[in-house]
Amino acid sequence: MGNRFGAKTTLLPDAGPGDIVLVHAGFAIQIIAEEEAKKTWQLIAEIDEFSDTQNRVSG
Amino acid sequence: MLERIYKAQQMMDGACKALGRQINIMEVCGTHTVSIFRNGIRTVLPKAIKLLSGPGCPVCVTDQSYIDIVLELAQRDDCIIATYGDMIRVPGGAGSLETRKSTADVRVVLSSEDALQLAKDNPDKTVVFIAVGFETTAPATAVVIKEAAERDIENFCVLSGHKLVVPAMRALLSEKNDRIDAFLCPGHVAVIIGYGAFGQIVDEFSRPCVVAGFEPMQIIEGLGEIARQLGEGRAELGSVYTAAVTEEGNTVAQRLIAECFDCADGYWRGLGEIKKSTLKVKDKFEQFDAFRRFDVTETPTEDTSGCRCGEVLCGLIEPSQCRLFAAACTPETPVGPCMVSSEGVCAAWFKYSRRKEKRK
Amino acid sequence: MTPPAEKTILLAHGGGGKLTEELIRNYILPKFKSPALASLPDAAAMNLDSTSLAFTTDSYVVKPLFFNGGDIGKLAVCGTINDLAVAGAKPVALSLSLIIEEGLEFSVLERILDSIARAADESNVEIVTGDTKTVEAGAADQLFINTAGIGTMLDGVELGFERISAGDKILLSGTIGDHGMTVISQRKDIRFQTQLKSDCAALAGLTGELLEKTAGVKFMRDPTRGGLAATLNEISGQALLSIQINEPDIPINPTVQAGADMLGFDVLNIANEGKFVAVVAPDAAGACLDICRNHPLGKNASLIGEITEPGDVAMVEMTTKIGGKRIVRMPYGRELPRIC
Repeated sequence: MGNRFGAKTTLLPDAGPGDIVLVHAGFAIQIIAEEEAKKTWQLIAEIDEFSDTQNRVSG
Repeated sequence: MLERIYKAQQMMDGACKALGRQINIMEVCGTHTVSIFRNGIRTVLPKAIKLLSGPGCPVCVTDQSYIDIVLELAQRDDCIIATYGDMIRVPGGAGSLETRKSTADVRVVLSSEDALQLAKDNPDKTVVFIAVGFETTAPATAVVIKEAAERDIENFCVLSGHKLVVPAMRALLSEKNDRIDAFLCPGHVAVIIGYGAFGQIVDEFSRPCVVAGFEPMQIIEGLGEIARQLGEGRAELGSVYTAAVTEEGNTVAQRLIAECFDCADGYWRGLGEIKKSTLKVKDKFEQFDAFRRFDVTETPTEDTSGCRCGEVLCGLIEPSQCRLFAAACTPETPVGPCMVSSEGVCAAWFKYSRRKEKRK
Repeated sequence: MTPPAEKTILLAHGGGGKLTEELIRNYILPKFKSPALASLPDAAAMNLDSTSLAFTTDSYVVKPLFFNGGDIGKLAVCGTINDLAVAGAKPVALSLSLIIEEGLEFSVLERILDSIARAADESNVEIVTGDTKTVEAGAADQLFINTAGIGTMLDGVELGFERISAGDKILLSGTIGDHGMTVISQRKDIRFQTQLKSDCAALAGLTGELLEKTAGVKFMRDPTRGGLAATLNEISGQALLSIQINEPDIPINPTVQAGADMLGFDVLNIANEGKFVAVVAPDAAGACLDICRNHPLGKNASLIGEITEPGDVAMVEMTTKIGGKRIVRMPYGRELPRIC
């Protein structure tokens, strides 16, 4: 998303570069499978598309 | 997206019709509280579904005496208080960390590692890390306790205010509180403890427990799933947060908690004493336990300010039913922690809900 | 220019004596082109085309002094210009007052002066008078700037709360939260790396165009401290009318949203330094939107909502991205540190 925060992987010894992780209070706490992450991003994109349509209609 | 919302709404409508009464679902997570308000989720639910906010804000359920201990330690010249942001404005008996800033050395940290670093950078002071939070945050505290022990960082200690969610859920139901029909369970706590941990609530009390993440769609679908169960007369364990939550959780984090902490009886604002509901630093790490280092104990006392945070936290009243709400108690002039914490129910109600303005 | 042997500002530089004169004549004055300034009078005599004036003042205490997309100097100039611009005026001249902490490096002061000169130049605005003071170490945080600005009201322009009525549309000139999030990312305790840039920019050109080409603008304001939420609440509170906005229509850079989510901030409360909110008549809304979108500073302009009858109490309500409703209140406290 364009931001880079530091986080420790102490709680996820198996995490490696390229993994998508969930971060809380400076620690990565879970690895998120790529397909699942994609589903969330897809949903966010859907919401944005939905709003774009609204914008065109009301603008 | 709209179809998914519609589908969840239909499940909820169906359940309400089948049961023929109001359904009360309690969420026990501050992040859920905020997300529900920020997205206006209550306004898209059927009227018969009532969302109760429970004791999900760790700062809010912290007893007054803990806060007073923090303020006392803050006054010491030889201490640096390292704390997560929210604690700064929580009012104690005489002011808050924020109002005492001129006489106390208080640093806001985003991570427990930052607190430990402060100890390394300031060898002539003792850093007291105000460790408040549920199971999601406890592993971070465990990590630094171990690190402090391994590296002999003697000027570091932890004032553990960590609490456990499941015992609180049990306490809520045991008080013959049959208002609560089901629980929407906290996503990030479940990441650590696993959704299986909520199984006891399902088995002992026959209440559906469904874990959801924080995106509004997650919450709505979690509620839909709960409603479906209730409508069909079932009470089961479930999770819609499949991306991040497994049945057993993060075992590395769980082991770390077990290594550094014991489960102890503890006092929760609003709920009173709950057995085995708080985390106390283990004897083997006692030099890093601020309670023992400074010889202080939490001694809960009666709150005479008129603050009704306790009842709010149990879902017994809504913030607007408290006489102080939006009058003497506002985010600028908070009387209790529920109004000052960024995840507090009263603060959320104040910021995001329609209410009658008190004319100045 | 070469800094003096001292390399940092001394208390004596503000003493009014020789060092002060040297500082002003050799280091500050040469940065600015204004003939009015050249003779260093106590006050600048000005001839303005109109007696319908706009006058504003502002102070700048932002920390850090330099951030991605700008610095305290650029902020001071643009911020003052924008206050004049949203009042419906053409900015003409600025005063520049510096309060410098003893020990500030000359090189830092020079960079900021250059930035001020550049920003003023780009907007065709003159620095016509100023003042320089120094304070002992600890009495100010490196540098504080105060400005005052004068502008001439554009012909036939009358902006005010009284003109606002139910049915008017709310126009937002672009993405929100960029400035505040950028500054936050450089805070010592929160620091994170980001591609974000402050949106710090002078809006007089765009607002001037809007006011010149349409008659439908009723009110404008720039949402600085407190963000969009504060501005909308101010409008609602003064006009005694309610405002309805649609979350999906509010332009937000995903990087800003992601950063805000990580830190638990509400983007509506975050400061902007290159955006404005306008209340426009419904039949002029389309034209205003087009003018903005055709201007480099208004590419992401959007109609985000409208003015409605107040009901019991005037308030700002938002329809959220999932179709729910929630109130947008005046932000309280200091979620954010010094950002402007």
